[in-house]
Amino acid sequence: MSDPLRELYQEVIVDHGKRPRNFRRLEAPSRSAEGFNPLCGDQLRLELKLADGVIEDIAFQGQGCAISQASASLLTLAVKGMRQEQALELFVRVHALLTEGPGSQVAPETLGKLAVLAGVWEFPLRVKCAALAWHTLRSALAGDAAPVSTE
Amino acid sequence: MNPRASRLQPLAKRFEPYQVERLRQAFPILAQRIYGKPLVYLDSAATSQKPQAVIDAMSRFFLEENANVHRGVHYLSLRATEAYEQARAKVQRFLNAEHVEEIVFVRGTTEAVNLVAQTYGKVHVRAGDEVLISAMEHHSNIVPWQMLCEQSGARLLVAPIDDAGELLLDELERLIGPRTKLVAITHVSNVLGTVNPIRRIVQLAHARGTPVLVDGAQAAPHLKVDVRALGCDFYALSGHKMYGPTGIGALYGRRELLEAMPPYQGGGDMILSVSFDKTLYNKPPYRFEAGTPNMVGAIGLGAAIDFLGGLDADALAGHEQAVLAYAQQALAAVPGLRLIGTAADKIGVLSFVLDGIHPHDIGTILDREGIAIRTGHHCAQPLMQRYGLAATARASLGCYSNEQDIDALLAGLAKVQEVFR
Repeated sequence: MSDPLRELYQEVIVDHGKRPRNFRRLEAPSRSAEGFNPLCGDQLRLELKLADGVIEDIAFQGQGCAISQASASLLTLAVKGMRQEQALELFVRVHALLTEGPGSQVAPETLGKLAVLAGVWEFPLRVKCAALAWHTLRSALAGDAAPVSTE
Repeated sequence: MNPRASRLQPLAKRFEPYQVERLRQAFPILAQRIYGKPLVYLDSAATSQKPQAVIDAMSRFFLEENANVHRGVHYLSLRATEAYEQARAKVQRFLNAEHVEEIVFVRGTTEAVNLVAQTYGKVHVRAGDEVLISAMEHHSNIVPWQMLCEQSGARLLVAPIDDAGELLLDELERLIGPRTKLVAITHVSNVLGTVNPIRRIVQLAHARGTPVLVDGAQAAPHLKVDVRALGCDFYALSGHKMYGPTGIGALYGRRELLEAMPPYQGGGDMILSVSFDKTLYNKPPYRFEAGTPNMVGAIGLGAAIDFLGGLDADALAGHEQAVLAYAQQALAAVPGLRLIGTAADKIGVLSFVLDGIHPHDIGTILDREGIAIRTGHHCAQPLMQRYGLAATARASLGCYSNEQDIDALLAGLAKVQEVFR
């Protein structure tokens, strides 16, 4: 396997892709949003419980490739317990990491487990897969009604 | 060689590899390396590669013949017009159409279907009428009819298929009623490879006075198409699927139908005379070719038809079937792999899913091995829903595909499974 592939399909990605965490529906979500990749057919529903500006619980359901499922799974682990503003700030940093790669000034090691997403940058066609959950999170926090599309 | 001896040889032996190898040399792009690995191009159903002869013909047109067609009095305009109209005659012969006026140049199959929907459809399809399609259509043979139905108040009916991907002909027949104004159906499925029994479908439809449009995008590069033998009323094809360029395709329409149809778009070349009070429209096919056409595209399509015509059609079909059989057998032996589309009569389109591995991940890993396949819904989302899938991986064959391509695919799939083990 060539190195960029190893970077992309790290164990964490394969594991979260196969067994996504927080893959469920919430009982009474206070915010939710849907995301689509029309060209891929990927689809994702993100639900969260906000209390006093804090993401108390978050879950997702949907279908897609290992990258999109793993990214959504890692997202739920990362933002659970965060304040809304912190989660939005994290969105900006992950987005920069995905789209700008090493030129982004975002050091992957400052992102904890999300650092595994650094390998996606080398695969421009797959960036939208990883970005879908994050755009959907931003939309859910903003309370947007329209579904998100990353095409 | 003794012709009798050749008849006695088993199928695979008759198509010695060197013939394919020689054919491959006509396609310069196939010599490329991708990420340092030889290109394995298994995406011909998306677009085929182009032989040198097509590239040369298009280049020659720009170098020696370029001028606007049907307009100038000068030498080059005459030559360009001749070349353009010769290309039309090549399409006519390729489809065995009776008249050259029955061939309309369009951008591709999509535009051909839209043209018929917005001209023939607009005139003949009214509120309460029906248009019948099948469950295996490409979006380009669904959405234009949905748009027409929305405009007219007609209903879109869908003939179902079985799990193998074969049309349920009894159901289709039952759905053709007195208000069915058109049957629009694909000749070959771009996802399943299924070859539909067009002649039989035309008989069923014509028995009820319903005309038939055939989407021939996937059929034209692989099957002998004879619109008179098929009996269809419209036949659409795309140049780029049949070793020609993008941006050019053709619509065949029976002369009586084309003559009675209103124009599609307005502009130059589609008129006889224009005044601000009244415009007289030109006759077919020019009535449907507003504006300066894709001249070099038509030249390229003509060259692609010459290229296909230069191949022994039976040998080509035999070769493609042999590679398909080899691929089907090989893929069936991959653990966890399920082929989607197992019709008895099919061409070299191999859609599949792997247990627990999403098609996009398959596509990315194969890509790094130099293997080009298509992944996703293949512009046929209703068909995907029929199979309860969001996406498949699809390897599709062309005249240049060989056993080594399939062997490389198998090795690539082993890598995919290694990553996800």
